[in-house]
Amino acid sequence: MIENVEELIKAHEKLEREVYLDIENSSPVPEEVVEAMLPYFTTRGYGNPALTHKPGWEAYEAIMKAAQKIAKYAGAKTPEEIAFTPGETEANNLALIGAALASKAKRKKIVVSEIEPVTILHVAKMLEEKFGCKTVKIPVDAEGFINLENLEEAVDKETLIVSIAAVNPEIGTIQPIKEAAEIVKTRNPNTVFHTDFSDAYGKMKLDFSKTDIDLATISSYKILGPRGVGALYVKQGTKIEKIIEGQIATQKFWPGIENTPLIVGFAKASELTFTDLDKNIGHMRRLRDKLMNGLLSRVSDTLLNGPSGDKRAPDNVNISFLRCEGEALTIELSLKGVYVSSGSACTRRLLQPSHVLTAIGRRFEAAHGSILMKVTRLHTEEDIAYVLKVFPEAVQRIRKIVGSTVVS
Amino acid sequence: MSRVPLPYNQKVLELFRNPKNLGRMEDATVSAVAGNPMCGDMITFYLKIDDEEVIRKASFESYGCAANIATSSILTEMIKNKTLKQAWNVSWKKIVEEIGGLPSIKFHCGILAVGALRRAIRKYYEEKGYTPKWLPKELTFEEKQALEEEELAERLAKRMDGQQ
Ligand code: FES
Repeated sequence: MIENVEELIKAHEKLEREVYLDIENSSPVPEEVVEAMLPYFTTRGYGNPALTHKPGWEAYEAIMKAAQKIAKYAGAKTPEEIAFTPGETEANNLALIGAALASKAKRKKIVVSEIEPVTILHVAKMLEEKFGCKTVKIPVDAEGFINLENLEEAVDKETLIVSIAAVNPEIGTIQPIKEAAEIVKTRNPNTVFHTDFSDAYGKMKLDFSKTDIDLATISSYKILGPRGVGALYVKQGTKIEKIIEGQIATQKFWPGIENTPLIVGFAKASELTFTDLDKNIGHMRRLRDKLMNGLLSRVSDTLLNGPSGDKRAPDNVNISFLRCEGEALTIELSLKGVYVSSGSACTRRLLQPSHVLTAIGRRFEAAHGSILMKVTRLHTEEDIAYVLKVFPEAVQRIRKIVGSTVVS
Repeated sequence: MSRVPLPYNQKVLELFRNPKNLGRMEDATVSAVAGNPMCGDMITFYLKIDDEEVIRKASFESYGCAANIATSSILTEMIKNKTLKQAWNVSWKKIVEEIGGLPSIKFHCGILAVGALRRAIRKYYEEKGYTPKWLPKELTFEEKQALEEEELAERLAKRMDGQQ
């Protein structure tokens, strides 16, 4: 199949411009970040940070400084509250499974919302099967918001952990996360409150130490840092245990040798995002609205998925193009240099449409033609203008293939 | 969102970019719409059949992925100037072979194309009011995979509920 891929890539030659908007699934790493990382591969801090020699101490210094920076941006009390992991998936696993292990499976109830990221839902399911836990999924409204009263009702003395993403990665809904954590803690101070903060870190302001949040997953690649690294904020005193065994490292929740260059890159990307945070957020929001409103006005038969304005993450655009199949559209757009993803069943291993779109009440057809895009601080007005130029033609071409097969 | 790598080959890409026999056929002898319970896709097949029961023209429309567009397109080519019996006997495996292979998760897209074609052929004989000997009385596997619109809607609704 390798020849096929070579041909597919070749089909993209001579593109006028390339605009990568699939930040949900991976991201490019800017030169500046790579430069900060490079010495830690080659000349500095390549040692094991737990050992007693110069390259080891250099590594330890770099990791501690990275933790200090991220702790500052996340509003953690101390750098020790930042536990590096090999990514968000691992941080989410650590949060839920770690809390279950620490409770000795005494409390068995897990509370999530219907639109939690797939990792959270899968881990919850695993805990049901292996630990006899019970998951309660609270519903969301048509814009993806949880109802705090439902949350309050769901939490009781049996509740082990609550996990609600501060920002939904697919439809950008900003949940009342601070209030949610407060309610949970008032109901049961022993319940661990976790939030997948991956799509909120660098997209809004929140000091973890001023909230009741115990655990928060933060992501590197979603702020244009390298993949393969993430972190879990673990508020001092929170009862969790490590979930894998191995040589004890400087990171007490993740055994194994730390990946110093990636951690350095994560910190650098954080610095670039948080220096001038307001400006960066403003820039993203402007481009987001340009892209969103531009598409909604230029293409007929569309639906915006998720809220708009300040209630939506500054980077997220998710639109359903009716009478248009999403996978076909992603390929058509790719051939024009615009890279996006779709919630269509056709793009998924299990051929199921996005569970998030289903939960907000979208019909099958709407999920089928849904496209997810995220803008970053590095996208430009020209990028968006180019997307707006080629997108309507792409939808039109795919709709021509659909013809009269479906009438909306 | 979990995804599968889909290294489509050149032929699939070419037929996706420039599908042959695309579009509604105004003077079709028969047409059939069929939906895929796997992913919710739908396709329409149009056939122009002469008095000798030979397919003179075939065209399609697809509300499906690139693999579905490509397999439908190639099938319209494969059945041109074939008798209905010959067309009936084109298997989805033959299509996949003809197109130079598909990722296995996309086989159902080709199955849908065959199912829709067979539904159209069956409908033709129903309208004529007779059944040739070679036409199986029972629905074949491919036809069962190609649901009628209402049936598809019902199945999808059920699946969507089951998901929550
Ligand atoms: S038609 Fe849906 S996966 Fe091919």
